[in-house]
Amino acid sequence: MARKDRQRLRNHPDPDRRRPRAVLALLLLASVTVITLDARPSGDSPIEPLRAATGAAFGPLESGVSAVVGPLRAVPEYFGDVDELRAANARLEREKVALQAQLRTTEHARERAAELDRMLGVADRQDLSLVPARVVTLGAAQAFSRTATIDAGSRDGVLADMTVVNGHGLVGRVLSSTPTTATVLLAIDAKSVVGGRLASSSELGFLSGDGDISADGRLMLELVDTEIDPSRGDTVVTWGSRNDVPYIADVPIGTITEVSSSPRQLSKTATVRPFVDFSALDLVGVVVDAGEHRSRESVEAVR
Amino acid sequence: MTSLRSLAVVAMVVVAMVLQLGVFPAFAISGVVPDVVLLVVISVALARGPEYAAVVGFLAGLLLDLAPPADHTAGRWALAFVVVGYLAGLARRDARWSVTATIVVVAAGSFVATSLFALVGMALRDPGVTVDAVASVVPLAILYDLLLMPFVVPVVLAVMRRMEPASVRFSTVHP
Repeated sequence: MARKDRQRLRNHPDPDRRRPRAVLALLLLASVTVITLDARPSGDSPIEPLRAATGAAFGPLESGVSAVVGPLRAVPEYFGDVDELRAANARLEREKVALQAQLRTTEHARERAAELDRMLGVADRQDLSLVPARVVTLGAAQAFSRTATIDAGSRDGVLADMTVVNGHGLVGRVLSSTPTTATVLLAIDAKSVVGGRLASSSELGFLSGDGDISADGRLMLELVDTEIDPSRGDTVVTWGSRNDVPYIADVPIGTITEVSSSPRQLSKTATVRPFVDFSALDLVGVVVDAGEHRSRESVEAVR
Repeated sequence: MTSLRSLAVVAMVVVAMVLQLGVFPAFAISGVVPDVVLLVVISVALARGPEYAAVVGFLAGLLLDLAPPADHTAGRWALAFVVVGYLAGLARRDARWSVTATIVVVAAGSFVATSLFALVGMALRDPGVTVDAVASVVPLAILYDLLLMPFVVPVVLAVMRRMEPASVRFSTVHP
């Protein structure tokens, strides 16, 4: 630090020490007011227009910059995340091969594989059209919420409460959209609750995320029927909401890796490993209603 | 000069926002992104003192609360940055200045901001904020902020020094 600064400091102490404190009190009050206004559970927060305006201003900036730095993503190979992902990828690849071999062994398993195949063709549903979008940014871990910005917005027909998928399965749902970008709540977020269905028995349950976007991230499945014993390896798909809002039916979510139950709990809890790798999201598809005006071509299902 | 300085501060905050939200997620360490905006707020505090920094902290924090992909309750970063801006400004005024002191202030500021944000989240029952998550995120956030500090703080300080009114910059008159 320059000597000049130090000198200035000694020579120029604050003329009035009470004024900053008043400013501090005022700003703290303002912050708390904003929090209180926005924390109302009803969802009609008066902060929402401000949020939309900020999103409209910063969304394009973020996607523009992200497009420029995109190629740089491959550079920091020594950073932990990439290594972790590589290892996880290799491990999952091995597991996939092993599981595939396992699936082919029995008649029952073969049927399940066929069913899985059918379900994985998310876009193959005749009445479904996807708007393709790239994930521009993932929310920072410091924010403790798992959200992503995608580069498609209301101009492309992407609106709040639409289902977001990729080639592997369910990604999440759209929280809000600006003309050019949209914010997606990932299914792995701790706030996210998705209605799920066991593929083998059609039993219903609710999945909530654990907030971990790494390969260790898991979803917790609570089955509605306490008598049902979910088995390991069972596939979970979305249950589907009324009018397909916010989740359409039959999107693969993940496989059950562990089942636990305690006498005190009313329902059994299963741990589900999601099909989607949330830390390596790139291309996703937003399920839009067909027949709406949009400036971006949607990928129509081809049979 | 005042309006020019305000403009410069706004520009620096916006650039920091875009860096933090658009660029650094590609270089995240376990999901943790450096708080570039916070570094700007702390730098402003070092240059201009608690009052000014608290105001800048509030506005910058609010912007960070509202810009996508944020979906937490707005005002949490604003509150955290007001406190950090103010405290960093006080530290600047009361301590003899050195590089070590800057490092300490940045580390402390990073700790206070992230913890405060998390604490308010806990008070609001945000299910994502767990003690485990906080314990793993806070140290990484501090580390990453310190890593980025040499690239942000001197730049902001240099800009602020250029923009400072002459009366403040070379003042030798006791009030």
